[in-house]
Amino acid sequence: METQDPKKSNDSSEGVDGVPAPEGPANLIDTDYQIGQDNYSGRLGGIEIDLHGRVFAISSIAILFFVVITLALQNQVAPIFQGIFDYLTTNLSWVFLLGTNIFLIVCIVLIFTPLAKVRLGGAKATPDFSYIGWFSMLFAAGMGIGLMFYGVSEPITHYGTSVGGTTVEDGVRTDWAPLGAAEGDQEAAKNLAMSASILHYGLHPWAMYAVVALALGLFSFNKGLPLTVRSIFYPVLGERVWGWPGDIIDILAVFATLFGLATSLGLGASQAAAGLSHLFDIPNGDATKVFLIMGITAVALGSILLGVDKGVRRLSEINLVLAALLLLFVIVVGPTLLIATDFFKNLIVYLGNLPALSNPFGREDANYSQGWTAFYYAWWIAWSPFVGMFIARVSRGRTVREFLIAVLLVPSTVSVLWMTAMGGTALELYLGQGVESIKEATLELQLFMMLEQLPLAAITSFVAITLVIVFFITSSDSGSLVIDTMTAGGKVDAPRSQRIFWAIIEGAIAIALLLGGGLEALQAMAVSFGLPFTVILLVGCYAIVKGLMSEPRAQ
Amino acid sequence: MYRKILVPVDLAHLDALERALKVASDLGQHYETEICYLSVTQSTPSSVARSPEEYEQKLEAFAKEQANTHGRPVSAKVLVSADPAVELDDKLIHAIDDQGADLVVMGTHHHGKHDIIMPSNGSHVAKETNASIFLVRP
Repeated sequence: METQDPKKSNDSSEGVDGVPAPEGPANLIDTDYQIGQDNYSGRLGGIEIDLHGRVFAISSIAILFFVVITLALQNQVAPIFQGIFDYLTTNLSWVFLLGTNIFLIVCIVLIFTPLAKVRLGGAKATPDFSYIGWFSMLFAAGMGIGLMFYGVSEPITHYGTSVGGTTVEDGVRTDWAPLGAAEGDQEAAKNLAMSASILHYGLHPWAMYAVVALALGLFSFNKGLPLTVRSIFYPVLGERVWGWPGDIIDILAVFATLFGLATSLGLGASQAAAGLSHLFDIPNGDATKVFLIMGITAVALGSILLGVDKGVRRLSEINLVLAALLLLFVIVVGPTLLIATDFFKNLIVYLGNLPALSNPFGREDANYSQGWTAFYYAWWIAWSPFVGMFIARVSRGRTVREFLIAVLLVPSTVSVLWMTAMGGTALELYLGQGVESIKEATLELQLFMMLEQLPLAAITSFVAITLVIVFFITSSDSGSLVIDTMTAGGKVDAPRSQRIFWAIIEGAIAIALLLGGGLEALQAMAVSFGLPFTVILLVGCYAIVKGLMSEPRAQ
Repeated sequence: MYRKILVPVDLAHLDALERALKVASDLGQHYETEICYLSVTQSTPSSVARSPEEYEQKLEAFAKEQANTHGRPVSAKVLVSADPAVELDDKLIHAIDDQGADLVVMGTHHHGKHDIIMPSNGSHVAKETNASIFLVRP
């Protein structure tokens, strides 16, 4: 990797003597690539466009192709997509588990090295957003929605399987309990269930996001490369990243992001519709779901037009406040003391079980480690280009240490607290008071069933459903932002019409698949993108360390 | 009559600004004003510059170049935005106040049917500020 002295003159700049480093010292990569040089820009039908020709064209055509075959040949392609997905999560589950362990270790070790003093954007860069604004955006983009749905249902489910013990048929375990289960032992089963749930929302997923976001932020803000996934590969591929190898990487990222967003928008609409019909007796039919998707897309469009600061940031902050209120409410009216002591207990149990739960090889609890953990990890990894790129974009001006603490440790702790409060209260209601309705409800209703047992259920359920919907809105608009940047060759100032285009496409695909069927099939496809991205993230780890070593450190 | 002219500049699209720049320097000479060249850029690398600081340096060089042609005192100001595609207008409106400019000369794109989704910068800026606005049509 050739680097350049900030004071030396640069031939590629026109009429200017030297290229200054980003704010304060930083180590720019010397490349002749000019951002947007492969872009097609002009007017099309009266609308201004500015797009990376190959990435935009190929990804649009391929997206259209996949949607059409999923709709037209559903019965033929659904088993193929599902087959790929099953193969990956069963036979290659070790790749996901091993990969995420590596990401986590790299992140944790980095926090304690002097490399963590490097500041994104140069030694003297100042942050674009306040701590609160920054944290709420990365949390909302990262996993707000998952916590809403699984905060109650995962602990309940894992408790049920753990306390049920193991069952073996033909030498193969058929139960879904994590690790060795805890047959008949309530306390042990509860601990196991909590740690097994926190695993999927704790350090590992946030480490994946941190790796992608840190790599992108470093190579964009400090090294001066465009804000696209291909820039991570510069230390490995050199100038070739601007050619087709880079195009493929970006196209994969566009794919994973768009299909991930569209399928979760579709599935999320079904879940939100179930909640609405439970609360307000609104018919839980296709009309409601389509209306929800259109509503979410419409609000997302408005938010996109307002920009990151007035749109996504404000919505994320509103959501963080609402989520905090809901959490506080559950803690106060729920078993307060129990939650307080359980929080520390769960933290310790989680960390204690972490090595066993994240062990990639020789697992006996295949159903749990493949069906739950590998699925989650693949899903988070497939989401990582989107979330990581969004986090990178709002993280300029933070030191690596600040960044890793805020992206890894703080959200993981919040997840533990959330799981303890939501799942712990549900378990307490089930175990202590014999409330069966939570366990018996369908997944999407379990949260509402839990809230029903607490006072002011009408209000809290309404807050919960609002949270779910707003989390979808923030995903939709930050996702459109990210896809637009990737298909515009790393330009963040491409015409706004392109963001609108992507937001509408997302909604349209979600509606088409919802009505025509195939949401699950395409979701399986989207999750399968977790495999190539595991490789991309591993390269990211290497690139981060290599990139940070050549960077001057903040004082 | 005027003391300070503000000219919003996008270094990536200088060709589209030629007329506005000419108008600004003519008016500057006529009213003997200072001319301030202003850009809103992104914090991520762009086609023009790989950091806001590089952009600032380029804009300063550009302003000096302009000063050589019209002989009026110049200044250059770069504003950094996390989302310039959207925040341009607001940043501009604040800058007019901050810089104490009383005349803004800006190039605009054609008015068309997409004004509702993507307003051409001029009209919104004109509504929100007390400075005089000279919109230079292409």
